[in-house]
This record gives sequence, structure tokens and C-alpha cells, in this order.
Amino acid sequence: MHYNWDWGVFFHSTGIGSEIYLDWFVKGLGWTIALSLAGWVIALLLGTVLGVMRTLPGKVLPRIAAVYVEIFRNIPLLVQLFVWYFIVPDLLPEGLQTWFKQDLNPATSAFISVVLCLGLFTAARVCEQVRTGIQALPKGQTNAAYALGLRIPQIYKEVLLPQAFRIIIPPLTSEFLNIFKNSSVASLIGLMELLAQTKQTAEFTANLFEAFTLATIIYFVLNMGLMLFMRWVEKRVRVPGLIALGGK
Amino acid sequence: MIRFSSVNKWYGRDHHVLKNINLEVKQGEVVVVCGPSGSGKSTLIRTINQLEPINDGEINVGGVIVNNPKTDINKLRADVGFVFQHFNLYPHLSVLDNITLAPMQVKKMSREAAEQLAMELLERVGLANKKHAYPANLSGGQQQRVAIARGLAMQPKVMLFDEPTSALDPEMIGEVLAVMQQLAESGMTMMVVTHEMGFAREVADRVLFLAEGEILEDTTPEAFFTAPQTDRARQFLRQILSPMHG
Repeated sequence: MHYNWDWGVFFHSTGIGSEIYLDWFVKGLGWTIALSLAGWVIALLLGTVLGVMRTLPGKVLPRIAAVYVEIFRNIPLLVQLFVWYFIVPDLLPEGLQTWFKQDLNPATSAFISVVLCLGLFTAARVCEQVRTGIQALPKGQTNAAYALGLRIPQIYKEVLLPQAFRIIIPPLTSEFLNIFKNSSVASLIGLMELLAQTKQTAEFTANLFEAFTLATIIYFVLNMGLMLFMRWVEKRVRVPGLIALGGK
Repeated sequence: MIRFSSVNKWYGRDHHVLKNINLEVKQGEVVVVCGPSGSGKSTLIRTINQLEPINDGEINVGGVIVNNPKTDINKLRADVGFVFQHFNLYPHLSVLDNITLAPMQVKKMSREAAEQLAMELLERVGLANKKHAYPANLSGGQQQRVAIARGLAMQPKVMLFDEPTSALDPEMIGEVLAVMQQLAESGMTMMVVTHEMGFAREVADRVLFLAEGEILEDTTPEAFFTAPQTDRARQFLRQILSPMHG
């Protein structure tokens, strides 16, 4: 293969103001991080609520959460994004619809759609992990809390969730990394996050290999950094012998 | 203090685990509950704070009817301390936080007041120097003493013990029984499911003998050990007192 590598391309002017191509990657990375973090906040909050619902006594709430999980887990992410971006806005009441489609900056409406999509999709997966974490705890933990007169919300807040979260940090880390990788679907509805900027650079410069190599490195370094961060969190909150205790 | 009136409980349809239980425990009384495994003794004391619901009859604790749906069960539970076979301390909390959690959450006590109370109780069970340790760093006997302190921190009217020494290595049983004996001498109303016949003999005011969900004997330790009324109790005592010849 004869290919003239030109790593200097990232410092060439894009022809738009004083921008160079590297600026596009920086902007793209900014969108990727914003999308992922906003989506993660939704995923973590909603996923925790759903995970708790799945473990509550009674039938209605656990079932609602289970249905949610099945719906959001069994439909491809990309299909969900198209639904949120192309279909849901049309179902909104008139006023909201005009606001979403016309008043909002197109990037903002795309951003909202992607954040909702990533957040709700990932919430289903977080839900299952929270549920597993809670169910892994010995029944005696709940019984001891009941015996002391604690109410169900207090039991979750003080006893079950602090332990469950410590147990599920490793799988939760995977979800956290996944949401960053999944955020690249945003490029398909024209949001200029990292992948979209990469494609655009490749088209403008014809330096396809350099552009995708740089994108690969950025994704890799970003995810390595996140993983190391989560490892640090895991170490910080570690307590001795957490799941070694049995009992009924 | 505690009164069972014609209490029945079934597991599923066929397993009649408590059969027509009538029982009264007076204030300050220490009652040991013993019997072969599967006799319903754990279930019996778990019905008192409704860790196990009953199907029929009535349980009255300090004037409150436990199985009345209108009863605030959390309030009742706060007045009934419970010590489990497997301690069930919270592994993510220090010894001190294990003890202060319920007083702060349930009784809305200030952290200062709760910690002061916790320290008094830790002194009492001889573990004041372990306040910052995590449960996993304590021996079984120490964990169970913390669990007793945790129960006492709610200043309960009654303390229930569900085989408190069965999960312990033999050399740790003594320290836990000593704490329980001290508690009994302080006038606490106690029901204790245990196989520690020495404890029953020395500390209990009464011994209940359960078999297959029925109370077969309800008498003084003296009478129970020297002159059991039923064959079932005689057989049980033979087995438990000389396991080699069981």
C-alpha cells in the first residue's frame, strides 16, 4: 500500500476563520464528554430507582421496572436514537413541537435526543446491576435493619445501597465506559461529536487514516483514563470483608 | 410484657410450624427457649417483632398488638431488640456507626447523643477500644457483643436472642454469655433461643421446651433439668447433655 502519511494535517487551516483541524477534534471531544456525562447522570439516577423497584416487596413496582428493562434492553441503541430524534418530537403537543424543531438550535435538539436515548438505554443496564448488587446481600442485613425499626427507604439508603454499589463498581465501570463509546451514534443524526468531526476531517483533507488513527487514540486514552478513575474510586470506598459475611 | 394468645402459624399450606401457642413473659423475666432443630423456636421469637407474620391468634408486646394491621410495626420493633445467630452487623460501617445508625435514623437522636450512648454500651460489652474497627476485623464473639450493644442502643423494653452463640467458636461463647448474663441481672426482659444449657440453668427464670411447634414444657430450669414431664424433653436432654451417647 502506498500511502503518504501526513501527521501535520491536524495543524492545517480548515479554511474557516483561524481554525485548524485539531480544533475540530477538541470540539468533538467536548461534545462526546458532554453527551456521555449528561446521559450517565440520567442512567445512574433512573437505573438506581429502577433497580430498587425491582427488589421491593409487592408486585406492581418490580413488574414496571422489569418491563422497562426488557423494552430498553431489547431494542438496538440506534433504533432507539431514531425514535427519540425523528418520531418522539412529532408526538409532542403543538407548542413543544415547534419549540423543539424550530426554536432550538439544531445541535441542542440533537443533544437532547441523544442524552435521553443514552440515559434511558443505559438506565436499563444499570438497573439490572443495582438489582444484582442488592440481591447479593445476605437477607440478614435487611432483617437486622427491620428489627431495629428502620423503614424501607432508610434501609435502602443506609444499609443496602451503600453495600450494593461497592459490589457493583466493576460492572458499573463497564457501563460508564460503554456510554462514552455509545455516544458515537450521535454522529448519525448530525451532532458534531468526536466521530462526526473525524469523518468530516477525513472528507475535507482526504487524510482518512490520520483522522481515524487520532480518533482511535482519543477514544482509547479517554476510556483508559475513566477506567483508572473508577479503579481509584473503588479503592477509596473499599471496606474490609464486605461480601464475606453470611447470615439469614 | 409479652403475651401469646392461641397463636398459629403455617409455612405454606401443610407445615404447621406454631401450634396454638399460649405464653406470657413478665417484665424482667428471662426465658430460655429450647428444643430440637425445626421445632419452631426461632420462628416463635421472630413472630414477636413480626420478622415472621402469624396466621392466627394474637401477640401482645407491652400493650401493643403486634399482628394488628393498624400497629406501627416499626415503632414496635424499635422497642424490641433482636440479636441474630449470624450477628448481621453492617460491614460497611464502623462499630460506632453500626450502633448509632438506628438511634439517629429511627429516634432522630443527634449524632453526639447517639455516640455518647454507643460509647457507654461499648464500655458495657467491653469493646470501647474497637469503636473505629470494621466488623470484618473483629472476632465472632466481638461481633456478637457489638450486635448486642446495637440492639441495646434503641433502649428496648425486651431483648430477643436467636441462637446468639451457635455460630461462634467455643472459646468465644463465654464472653457473649457473660454479657447476656449481666444484661439479665440488670432487669432486662429477655427471650433466648439457645442450646447453652449452662446459661439456662444459671440465668433463666423459666425454660420453654418446644417440639414440632408445640410448647411441651414451660417450667423452672430446676424442674426442667431434674424432672422433665414429657418423653420428648427427656430424650432431648439426654442427647444435648451427652452428645457422644446420643
